[in-house]
Amino acid sequence: MIELDHVTKRYHGRTVVNDLSLTVASGECCVLLGSSGSGKSTTLRMINRLVGTDAGTIRIGGTDITTLSPEKLRRRIGYAIQSTGLFPHWTVWDNIATVPRLLKWPETRVTARVGELLDLFRLDPALYRGKYPHQLSGGEQQRVGVARALAADPDLLLMDEPFAAVDPITRDALQTELLRVHRGTGKTIVFVTHDIEEALRLATSIAVMDQGRIVQYAAPLDLLEHPINQFVRDFVGQRGIGLKLLSLRRVGERIRRGESATGQPLPADASLSEALAVMTAQRTDRLPVADAAGHTVGAITLADLVR
Amino acid sequence: MRGGRWLASPVMWVGLLFAMLLLQMDALRPVLGWAFPDVTPLIYDRASFIELFLAHLGLVVTASTAAALVGLALAVFVTRPVGSEFRTMIKTLAAIGQTFPPVAVLAITVPLIGFGAWPTVIALFVYGLLPIIDNAVAGLDGVPSNVREAALGMGMSPRQRLFAVDLPLASPAILSGIRVSVTIAIGTATIGSTVGALTLGTPIFDGLVASKLPFVIEGAVLVALFAILTDMLFARLDQRLRYRVP
Repeated sequence: MIELDHVTKRYHGRTVVNDLSLTVASGECCVLLGSSGSGKSTTLRMINRLVGTDAGTIRIGGTDITTLSPEKLRRRIGYAIQSTGLFPHWTVWDNIATVPRLLKWPETRVTARVGELLDLFRLDPALYRGKYPHQLSGGEQQRVGVARALAADPDLLLMDEPFAAVDPITRDALQTELLRVHRGTGKTIVFVTHDIEEALRLATSIAVMDQGRIVQYAAPLDLLEHPINQFVRDFVGQRGIGLKLLSLRRVGERIRRGESATGQPLPADASLSEALAVMTAQRTDRLPVADAAGHTVGAITLADLVR
Repeated sequence: MRGGRWLASPVMWVGLLFAMLLLQMDALRPVLGWAFPDVTPLIYDRASFIELFLAHLGLVVTASTAAALVGLALAVFVTRPVGSEFRTMIKTLAAIGQTFPPVAVLAITVPLIGFGAWPTVIALFVYGLLPIIDNAVAGLDGVPSNVREAALGMGMSPRQRLFAVDLPLASPAILSGIRVSVTIAIGTATIGSTVGALTLGTPIFDGLVASKLPFVIEGAVLVALFAILTDMLFARLDQRLRYRVP
């Protein structure tokens, strides 16, 4: 659990983070969402003490972070940044092994761990271990960057717009991968982005930031359905809200159990926006729904989507 | 395969020519005899060329090693937070060191410490510091900020950042500074002969004093080959380094 307790940061008399309090429970993916200059990156960087605080305290698992040396603290926290910051003179392997080696793990354990991470990020060790960062595509570099951040198995992962510089298709794949890793490992993640779509996709909770303060801190669905004020409403995009809501709700929530329909069944965990897309493409207003095992369990209609 | 590549490289041919002339300057006797029929002796004979070369090499190695160590240490110092205030001052001092002609340095040092090799070493050291500091500072400044940020965020200590990240990434620039400095030192060391240091410049100055042009040519050719060969060897080292540091 991470607690930011009335944290303030000033630069040259300008308050960048203003009396900010935030609690992130273990296993959450908390997204700090805001435009540039909102203080979201500074907030993130205060958690691993790349930026010092002027007031307030930050605790991780109940321990005040200033009681640890910055190096010790940072080796316990994974850190991934937009431009990856991979060491250009080290191979993929050595890059991922950075923090375990700083922690003086025995080399056999390092080897096992790096191999595990290459597998986790679907980078074939035989192909990738000896490559240098400049030999990788942007998406591959970013995966190595995240793998490096996870190498020492930290409980907490800080990510500063890690996917902002890659193309939309790669970004989508990386987000899927991060979701998979997050579900698989149960890490606590604090993720900074200015992209509302990315936030809705990854977050279990979203903190919308403006001028160094948190405007609203809520689950993604709550944020869309009950934006606290005009600022949040504008930020999430008024017109697009409906479509975003559809992408967060699952077909299973609106299913008519026992009813039937013709056509290729939708999986129950598909989003409502997928259902809408399929209906539009097939020019139908009614589709069957199947469970995880592939058995048809009911149907969904166009009217159910907007219910 | 490797031998074949080695054979085809100009480094080997220049090296071979240099070694041959050092050991067997007599080989040039027919050419020099034809060009200067009235001069005797044709080949410099007050010291062997190999002796002169070793003394010359000693001066350059001593001065350049000292300049490299001091220059690199200063460059590291001024690029760390503690030393950033001294940055302008040290760069200015080094620049002054280079504007000062080595002859002028000799004119100051000889009265202080006497004739011989040491005034030359000092002059070469002072003169060679600037390219090393300038290049090393540029190299250290050129470490990408995102890489520095990552090294910090991973939890590397200042020392680990310096040795594992900053210096390796700056090494091509550092090397090119040393390369310039050493090449200049090889040429400049010849003037040490005017204050009693033994160098490949000795035949040049003796030849000028005694109007024996063949001596001048012999010394000049050897110094030039020495400088070219050294530069070529540095170029090879540089390629290797760049292969490892993209």
